Amino acid sequence: MLLAKVVGTVVAAQKSDRLDGLKLLIIEPIDPQGKPLGGYRVAADAVGAGIGEVVLFASGSSARQTAATENRPTDTAIMAIVDIIEVAGSTTYHKGDEAPEAGLAADSAQDAFEGGAR
Amino acid sequence: MKFARVIGTLVATRKYTGLEGVKFLVIQPLDKHRQPDGEPIIAADATRQAGPGELVFVVASREAALALNPPFVPVDQAIVGIVDDVDDAPPTDDTDTATWLRRDSGD
Repeated sequence: MLLAKVVGTVVAAQKSDRLDGLKLLIIEPIDPQGKPLGGYRVAADAVGAGIGEVVLFASGSSARQTAATENRPTDTAIMAIVDIIEVAGSTTYHKGDEAPEAGLAADSAQDAFEGGAR
Repeated sequence: MKFARVIGTLVATRKYTGLEGVKFLVIQPLDKHRQPDGEPIIAADATRQAGPGELVFVVASREAALALNPPFVPVDQAIVGIVDDVDDAPPTDDTDTATWLRRDSGD
């Protein structure tokens, strides 16, 4: 699994029938220090994650092993919401302690998308 | 399966059903020389006993979930063994399977 930050939501009225009712989120994969690995993914949400949260996601056919994604055309599923990450004896992430810019970055990313749609 | 070094731990209280009690560890995948290879990833600990600093081996993809109980959970990396000892030198760049097969066929 990889870590990612939830940065947005996806709404699609026209989609495969097999995707009906699935919550789709835009996630940005990060390393355990919080540095973006580059790129974005659209993930199916199996745990009720929200924007700004750090999550764990499974890829490939493992992503279909949830009630929300079983037998559906998905390859990325959010399966845990991260509270604490500790690497080499020091805490690199603690939910609730994140720098204010973490939340702002997510908001500004959303603003940029909304601005583009206008 | 691949070698990896456990470098950290991860706590997640909100997990998908079936993953309660499963420990997640931050691991650094290693190459055939047992040197760091790529970015650290998160793996479920199917041995339940691995800890930071240990050399482990990891199974990837959907088969990873089969190491856990219950087995059909959304997990794509699982630690399935803690290495006590490796009984050979890491392979050199010029040994590959093809060479080895040719030697076996008696050429």
